[in-house]
Amino acid sequence: MPTVTMTVNGMERSGNVEGRTLLVEFLREHLGLTGTHVGCDTSQCGACVVHVNGTSVKSCTSLAAQADGAEVTTIEGLANGSDLHPMQEAFREHHGLQCGFCTPGMVMSAVDLANQNSDPSEHEVREWLEGNLCRCTGYHNIVKAVQAGAKAMGGGS
Amino acid sequence: MSANGSGIGASVKRKEDTRFLTGRGRYTDDINLPGQLYGYILRSPVAHADIGGIDTSAAAAAPGVHAIFTGSDMEGVGGIPTGWLIHSKDGEPMVEPGHPALALGKVRYVGDCVAIVVAETREQAKEAANLIDVDYQELPAVASIEAAEAEGAAQVFDEAPGNVCYDWEVGDRAATDAAFDEATHVVSIDVVNNRLIPNAIEPRAAIANYDPATGDYTLYTTSQNPHLIRLLLGAFVLGLPEHKLRIVAPDVGGGFGSKIPHYAEEAILTWTAGQLGRPVKWTCERIDAFKSDTHGRDHISTARLALDADGKFLGLHVSTKANLGAYLSTFATCVPTYLYGILFAGPYTTPAVYCEVKSFFTNTVPVDALRGAGRPEATYLLERLVEKAAVELGMDRVEIRRKNFIREFPYQTPVALQYDQGDYDATLDLALKASDWAGFEARRAESAARGKCRGIGISTFIEACGIAPSAVVGSLGARAGLYESGSVRVHPTGSVSVFTGTHSHGQGHETTFAQIVSDMLGVDFEAVDVVHGDSAKIPFGMGTYGSRSLAVGGTAIYLAVEKVIEKGKKIAAHLLEASVEDIEFENGSFTVAGTDRSKSLGEVALTAYVPHNYPEGLEPGLEETAFYDPLNFTFPAGTHVAEVEVDPETGEVEVVAVTGADDVGRIINPMIVDGQLHGGLAHGIGQALLEECLYQDDGQLQTGSYLDYTMPRAADLPSFNINHNTTLCTHNPLGVKGVGEVGSIGVPPAVINAVIDALRPLGVNDMAMPATSQKVWQAIQQAQG
Repeated sequence: MPTVTMTVNGMERSGNVEGRTLLVEFLREHLGLTGTHVGCDTSQCGACVVHVNGTSVKSCTSLAAQADGAEVTTIEGLANGSDLHPMQEAFREHHGLQCGFCTPGMVMSAVDLANQNSDPSEHEVREWLEGNLCRCTGYHNIVKAVQAGAKAMGGGS
Repeated sequence: MSANGSGIGASVKRKEDTRFLTGRGRYTDDINLPGQLYGYILRSPVAHADIGGIDTSAAAAAPGVHAIFTGSDMEGVGGIPTGWLIHSKDGEPMVEPGHPALALGKVRYVGDCVAIVVAETREQAKEAANLIDVDYQELPAVASIEAAEAEGAAQVFDEAPGNVCYDWEVGDRAATDAAFDEATHVVSIDVVNNRLIPNAIEPRAAIANYDPATGDYTLYTTSQNPHLIRLLLGAFVLGLPEHKLRIVAPDVGGGFGSKIPHYAEEAILTWTAGQLGRPVKWTCERIDAFKSDTHGRDHISTARLALDADGKFLGLHVSTKANLGAYLSTFATCVPTYLYGILFAGPYTTPAVYCEVKSFFTNTVPVDALRGAGRPEATYLLERLVEKAAVELGMDRVEIRRKNFIREFPYQTPVALQYDQGDYDATLDLALKASDWAGFEARRAESAARGKCRGIGISTFIEACGIAPSAVVGSLGARAGLYESGSVRVHPTGSVSVFTGTHSHGQGHETTFAQIVSDMLGVDFEAVDVVHGDSAKIPFGMGTYGSRSLAVGGTAIYLAVEKVIEKGKKIAAHLLEASVEDIEFENGSFTVAGTDRSKSLGEVALTAYVPHNYPEGLEPGLEETAFYDPLNFTFPAGTHVAEVEVDPETGEVEVVAVTGADDVGRIINPMIVDGQLHGGLAHGIGQALLEECLYQDDGQLQTGSYLDYTMPRAADLPSFNINHNTTLCTHNPLGVKGVGEVGSIGVPPAVINAVIDALRPLGVNDMAMPATSQKVWQAIQQAQG
């Protein structure tokens, strides 16, 4: 089995994977990073979104081998110690999560948006979240949280 | 009780959020046990077939495979039970066929469990399952109500002629017929309540373990009600005593009703772990979730409303056919009956109401509760019919509702329920104001100037939550009680653990219940933690569904706190050398009335656990449990207004505004309550405009993935305008009613009424859910000839 090596949340991690091993499987099952979730098998729900080289990616649709040599950030790597990342804090402040299952993907996706647009409109947030499903919140508070989080980030993560 | 700080009425940020936001939630699929094997469930690819034989030899020889079990291996193990016995009009009990966990001799829907393959890895189990050769001898299938009731239809069960499970009724048929004889106007409607797939974003999962040394079984499972699973799995399926069966429902990623039922997979996994003496883990793939999570709704109804010359409702007659799917899921039989027929008074004084429901078996996924469960179906029918009556009689659609509102409470409906309290005018007025109903025509004109058709729709509704009391539901066929438990443990130094039989899977119980206890005991919010979801930790409880957790479970906790305070008074009286009757408890202190002599809760707790100076005859410790069996349902009510804009060129419907004015009883945490309303509204708008489960005639599921089944996405929805007017429930001490299902109950008819309102100028007078662009465009083309 080929070996992959990548920097995950700032630490170099290696593992032997099958060619077909998905990035999300590598993260969850090889590295025990269970914050990244699997909600579907058609790349629709977005619960698995992580950052690869700073860009949001659906880790259920990427092979682990594709991330060989990459910088990967998962939800576990977002906070600074016990200080929540501004986007995490905004989700908490605005009640942008209920059951929490879609939340890691939502937050990681939102951070990518905020890196590109520090003051997204409601419309821009709703369009951006096209690839993230939530069944609990009706998106109302997620949209508020993403807008607030983007402002708090001030154009950088 | 105050809205300050972290007490009742404050929008406290949630305790659960930090773990969910940092990836430290612990969902079932996150759990791994030493030595675990992986199970893969082989499912039927056909809707109806005799199983001629199953050849597992090639699969058994595949790499990593430890075991394969099929129906014959589990023969003798009990079937999956159903929780509610319905009696037909003629007094006969419903037809209740067996439901083997693994199909035995026959499969009855696409997705029916046929075998479990257990292997070292998930991939090995799945690959080996592909090598199992099942001889499916296909039979004709019935995939809809229409097919099930057709002359000469295929039979799902031999013991259910015509595929009928029961033919039930509620209300006074003769009185209702008499009302129609006196009527000046009769308005009729035919509606379909579209079948939905629940789609909690966390797929179901389970991991079962058996310890041969102790004989203990543990099942981690994605459930809304761990004790209910323990009862059904232990007592009815596997024959395991409760003390040897632990059910853990850890963090659960949404339920919406679909994680209430006891599923076959839970029984298969637990039994398999017992056979192998090793943990076995199973995680449902989404593609399998579509064909194995229980579905919701699926009614066909016809109804008639009798009115006098002034538009006063005289009688309502409803005939419904409901699809139960291939087997009777846990609450399948009561959803279209006791959670449906009894809602038909709505908020109106209609003196005579009659509802009959015939329920059918079909070769489809079993149907069970889905957010609202019966009440959305009833509300949709009633509010479509009332709207139609206004149009046909030329009455104002607000005034026809107002003319018929119930205003005196308690109010005994003609369909069993007795409403304790409400103010339907107040929520109607609030909704009209908040939605700027009066200014609508100007907005319609503005849309028209852009070539768009704008419409506004309204729904005034009640719901019945916290189904109870146990004695009443028992007399109606429920096979379990519907009380709830709560335990409050004050630790020696004054922090508090609260144990609840309800289960939180997004609702924020860890926060809301802590607010109640913190407020009542005067202890810091941070010093209160709520424990739920583990049958080894919590007292026996019935779980979370039907918007019951606060009204029933919260009340149990409230009563347990009261017991703690009563015991604390005895200890404080002893320490203060005063009479118990003179001790008052407020803000965390026990005080001798009229003096400044007091003891804090912490001092009393420490005394209770270090009882050196202690009242004679009083037990040490400060921990109390209460079981609460409600006196009645609770009755949240409200008005929802939806405003839509339709593009007549494409048929696309945009929801431009949704206004809710809701009476959900006392609000403990406004932030959480509004979040529940948002989620319900999205679910309801999804049903009205987007979501529909479709089967082919041969029983193949057409909408079997997120590519085919339209989930509401962020860009499909507007922000919501939420308003509250509160009347307190009269029969629980907190005055709370329930909020989790409000949106999915109230809003679908408001949306469809709005779509019809938009299209009426084009000659369109009816619209079925979901009002997709295709359906709307076709309706416009048809109307325009």
